[in-house]
Amino acid sequence: MNGAMIVLILAFVATLALGVFARRGKQMDLEGWSVGSRGFGSLIVFLLLAGEIYTTFTFLGASGWAYAHGGAAYYILCYGALAYVISYWLAPAIWRYGTSKKLLTQPDWFISKYNNRLIGAVVAVIGIVAMVPYLELQLKGLGIIVEETSYGKIPSTLAIWVGALALTAYVVISGIHAAATNAIVKDVLVLIVVVGIGLYLPLHHSGSIDAMFHSVQNGHPGMLALSPGSYNTGWFISSIVLSSLGFFMWPHYFGAVYSSKNPRTFRRNAMLLPLYQLVLLFVFFIGFTALLVVPGLADGDMSLLAVARAELPSWIVGVVGAAGMFCALVPGAMLLTTCGTVIAKNVVQEVSPGAPPARIAIAAKICVPVVALVALFLLFQGGSAIVNLLLLGYAFVTQLLPSMLMTLRRNNPITAAGATAGMVVGAAVVAWLTISTSSASDVLGVLPPALQHINVGVVALVINIVVMIVVSLVTTSQNDTDATAERATVASPAG
Amino acid sequence: MSQTSRRYLHVSLACVPFVMMLVLTPFMNRTTPYVLGLPFLLFWIVLSVVMTSVCMFVVYQTDPANRDDADATTQVQS
Repeated sequence: MNGAMIVLILAFVATLALGVFARRGKQMDLEGWSVGSRGFGSLIVFLLLAGEIYTTFTFLGASGWAYAHGGAAYYILCYGALAYVISYWLAPAIWRYGTSKKLLTQPDWFISKYNNRLIGAVVAVIGIVAMVPYLELQLKGLGIIVEETSYGKIPSTLAIWVGALALTAYVVISGIHAAATNAIVKDVLVLIVVVGIGLYLPLHHSGSIDAMFHSVQNGHPGMLALSPGSYNTGWFISSIVLSSLGFFMWPHYFGAVYSSKNPRTFRRNAMLLPLYQLVLLFVFFIGFTALLVVPGLADGDMSLLAVARAELPSWIVGVVGAAGMFCALVPGAMLLTTCGTVIAKNVVQEVSPGAPPARIAIAAKICVPVVALVALFLLFQGGSAIVNLLLLGYAFVTQLLPSMLMTLRRNNPITAAGATAGMVVGAAVVAWLTISTSSASDVLGVLPPALQHINVGVVALVINIVVMIVVSLVTTSQNDTDATAERATVASPAG
Repeated sequence: MSQTSRRYLHVSLACVPFVMMLVLTPFMNRTTPYVLGLPFLLFWIVLSVVMTSVCMFVVYQTDPANRDDADATTQVQS
């Protein structure tokens, strides 16, 4: 038993206690469980929305990208900022309509706006297919973090199982409240750890940030900017566009928005969150310092943990591990809550429409361990393909964007058939491009080099929009003819 | 400020981060000069993020919606 292990075990007990006791004094019908009875204040909503900034993907990934790909990593700073600009107008709109219609999930939005139940089922399936790999990634990250920061004393498989069990237990008990209470501890811990070691490591190793960057530039000329090749400026810009558009289309984002007490929170967040995510800058510092201290790692994602182990005392490594643990569990809790709600509300209730609300609430909780087990199964089957699955998930949820944005118009010219066809074709194109080629460059070989690395999601998005418009035009004119025919036979004036 | 001119102001402010990050970044893709210890491209990205917050701050302050909603909440804004 070393210092790191003691800290890790304490943090684990803390997260479990926070998650389980979060339900005290809270209403636990489905609305209370999935969106906190729409009563969360500014701070919690801020942290739930900021939760996206620090997942294990950013914690290990941002430093890993800086370590392995240098300047390409900067895109992580950009897409969040642009997404928050859009959120200034988008989130209050989602909130206002969602609250007035008592919506709980993202599919609910589409069902209500398009007045069609099939589209809800399609959105539910796309959302779940995207969320499961995301959850898988959090669990995988948890395993790596715990194994590394316990100096191999706690094997990754054990950490994943124990983590998944704890996650399932407190999500079943407390739902979104488990994520809310843990989010507070998580952000405080991550801020301290990231800023602390992000400043300490470069200062300790090179003397100053400036000197650290100069050493990196001397050892790897051009690495601190974008280089020609796979990660060139074309890739950089298309990735920012895709990620900032996909940002809001994650089903659990809708849950976080519905949970807010008032819409003003979102507008304030839109100005605060870009600054808040600048903390990722320190994560880059860690990744670049790792390049100087522990060069030649096969897997860049291990760079933060490797440099921490090389340079810091055991108990601080434990604190880093604890921060990483929270980074996996908070988004994990949010994802599980959303998966449970979506399956219960948009699948189970569709199949048995007569079920009383209490039974739907129970169904949501039963779905939690099931989803967790599916994620665990895929995790132990899959292996390294998970990051690709996450990018696939991102491209998937982005396919919901065009028809979502159109619902914000007062007169939506898009029909339910058009919206459904667009998102199904878009998702199919994403799947096909991802499975058949690693990037769109084979398909888009004729384009100039800067555009060749354009993200597959952007290509699919364009096809999605075309299909959506064409099918809508066809079905609208059909509806018009039907309506005219109806009017002619019934001879009643149109309402 | 009239509603139309406020709308123009808000749209142009919201465009600033998009132009900085998506349009101008290819021209800023260089390591030197170092600014505030950061390689130039990273400095440019950080500046863009800071400008995002500044722009959204102005939008927030000039948006009457943030006064209307105040009635619905317990918060009092001076």
